[in-house]
Amino acid sequence: MPKREQHKLYWKAVLRLTAGLLVIWFIVSFGMGILFREFFDQFSVGGAPLGFWMAQNGAIYVFVILIIVYCYRMNALERKFGIKG
Amino acid sequence: MDQTFWTYFFVVTTFTLYIAIAIRSMAKSTDDFYVAGHDVHPTINGMATAADWMSAASFLSMAGLIAFLGYGGSVYLMGWTGGYVLLALLLAPYLREFGKFTVPDFVGDRYYSKTARVIAVICALFVSFTYIAGQMKGVGVAFSGFLKVDFNVGIAIGSAIVFVYAVLGGMKGITYTQVAQYVVLIFAYTVPAIFISLIITGHAIPQLGFIGNAAGTDMSMLETLNTVVTDLGFTAYTETTKTKIDVFCITAALMFGTAGLPHVIIRFFTVKSAQAARKSAGWALVFIALLYTVAPAVGAFARLNFIDTVNEATYIEDGEDYATRAAAIEATGGKPVPAWYKDWEKTDLVKFDDKNGDGIMQYRGPNAPDGLANEVEPNRDIFVLANPQIAKLPAWVIGLVVAGGLAAALSTAAGLLMVISSAVSHDLLKRTFTPDMTEKQEMLAARLSAAVAVILAGLIGAFASQLPFVAQVVAFAFGLAAASLFPVIFLGIFWKRMNREGAICAMLTGLIPTFGYIYYFKFINDDAGAWWFGISPEGIGFAFMWLALIVGIVVALLTPPPPEEIQQLVEDIRIPGRAGVKS
Repeated sequence: MPKREQHKLYWKAVLRLTAGLLVIWFIVSFGMGILFREFFDQFSVGGAPLGFWMAQNGAIYVFVILIIVYCYRMNALERKFGIKG
Repeated sequence: MDQTFWTYFFVVTTFTLYIAIAIRSMAKSTDDFYVAGHDVHPTINGMATAADWMSAASFLSMAGLIAFLGYGGSVYLMGWTGGYVLLALLLAPYLREFGKFTVPDFVGDRYYSKTARVIAVICALFVSFTYIAGQMKGVGVAFSGFLKVDFNVGIAIGSAIVFVYAVLGGMKGITYTQVAQYVVLIFAYTVPAIFISLIITGHAIPQLGFIGNAAGTDMSMLETLNTVVTDLGFTAYTETTKTKIDVFCITAALMFGTAGLPHVIIRFFTVKSAQAARKSAGWALVFIALLYTVAPAVGAFARLNFIDTVNEATYIEDGEDYATRAAAIEATGGKPVPAWYKDWEKTDLVKFDDKNGDGIMQYRGPNAPDGLANEVEPNRDIFVLANPQIAKLPAWVIGLVVAGGLAAALSTAAGLLMVISSAVSHDLLKRTFTPDMTEKQEMLAARLSAAVAVILAGLIGAFASQLPFVAQVVAFAFGLAAASLFPVIFLGIFWKRMNREGAICAMLTGLIPTFGYIYYFKFINDDAGAWWFGISPEGIGFAFMWLALIVGIVVALLTPPPPEEIQQLVEDIRIPGRAGVKS
């Protein structure tokens, strides 16, 4: 495959990965912690209501995981398309 | 060993350490001075970024704000961490691939325009000066509360220290001092938190104490807290009086603002490659999360402790001998006003007004069931500093916390100074007005502008003592960064068609209305009823960010596309290793 085509495919894959991770980013913070907080508050984590806990603690853990996943997936994509990072 | 000894001990030791590091890592070239030679290890940079990022607002104010806002404080927790996801996924690796020195550098080159570069400089200076005022205020609070030094003298000492290592070492000096400052501040934050968590919940890990039971009961700590505060007439801890749209907008403004803050972005110019920039953003968030997941626990514990020790305590006047009077009150089964309270009273950060004249301190919310008026007004900024005293922790812990608060404030102030000095010497002088400057002259200009910026920052900090809480002052910087810088950087990477005209209009659309709205509702009309769509000044940056994005796109579509070589540049920064590591 010509290099130009390769780069196009790579960029598409990057955009897909980025969009997917941002959807999760939105759900755990704005979704669970703010917009639908009351619904999630019927469940609990230890002694804290789930929605409240997501807003104060849980979302932060997910953010860390999201960046770690992003790093690994991006490295894999770069290998797959033969791009040196 | 008393508390003053330990405070001086930790403050002097850490300050000496910072200066020693700065002298060892003197900058020798503009590369060193602006971006620490582009070769900082990703983990080291992550740690430096965490210190750069966690300011006096994070360290001193945030837990106190959460203590009083309860669920409403979540905006800071999610807002100041979620922005790193945006930074890692949308900006940092691409800006690193672009390979220049500053944020205005990117804007100026990508939009092939000196006007755009100068507007970006104005945005960066605006954001940085607003932010630095909050830091200097934090330094003043820490000094005046503990070292019995005047507020303004405290600011002068802090400015002098930053002056030494920012002016000498530039980015290189700052990077390694920030690493030391991170270690000091995280230790200072978690040690008292562990002690207090043990006292209140019996868990050594504050994050577990937060969701655990109150010590010796089978009721959860949060439920206990909810009962205590609602009995006194406050909103329940897990609820808020803010509207949903406002909570949403403030959180979003803080997140997008984080991603657009120039002093955070420039830290990612110091690593080797786009790959290293991604990794570094991950490390930064790990180091930040260590403090941010502890903060809500500290806030909740502080609220419980405060009510427990102050409410219904018998007041002791300044003229009376504290020890004898306190013993007499205890002998009759009463609760004397705690000693830490009397200490902090001298700083005017806690106030008692005996409205019903019974000599007892009634702490009440707006809807108190017993109809009593509130008599105690604590300033939220003191909570992290006073917490160890409230929980009666050993004197050395208190000294450590003061050193930690100063580390947080100074590390952020130094990062901001770098933005200010590089914006002036590199973007305004070298790239716009006096392009034939030699490297030596540019270094001198950078050092001089850092020096002037330190002095200005100190003066602003002294003025800022009249402004409200540190965290709220800082919150404005985020609104401005979100609305003015984020849209043009984002579009510059993800939309090839974005052009000069669109970028200039977008930055102005973001900057002017956001500043106007904040200024109007903070300084002219404080009627919350008049807010647009119920969005507070803290959250308005998010709304104007969308306006800036739309205006930018529409204007770009109505004007000619950017030249071919700019479109090629955008293609190149999307593919790692193609733009090359230019410097």
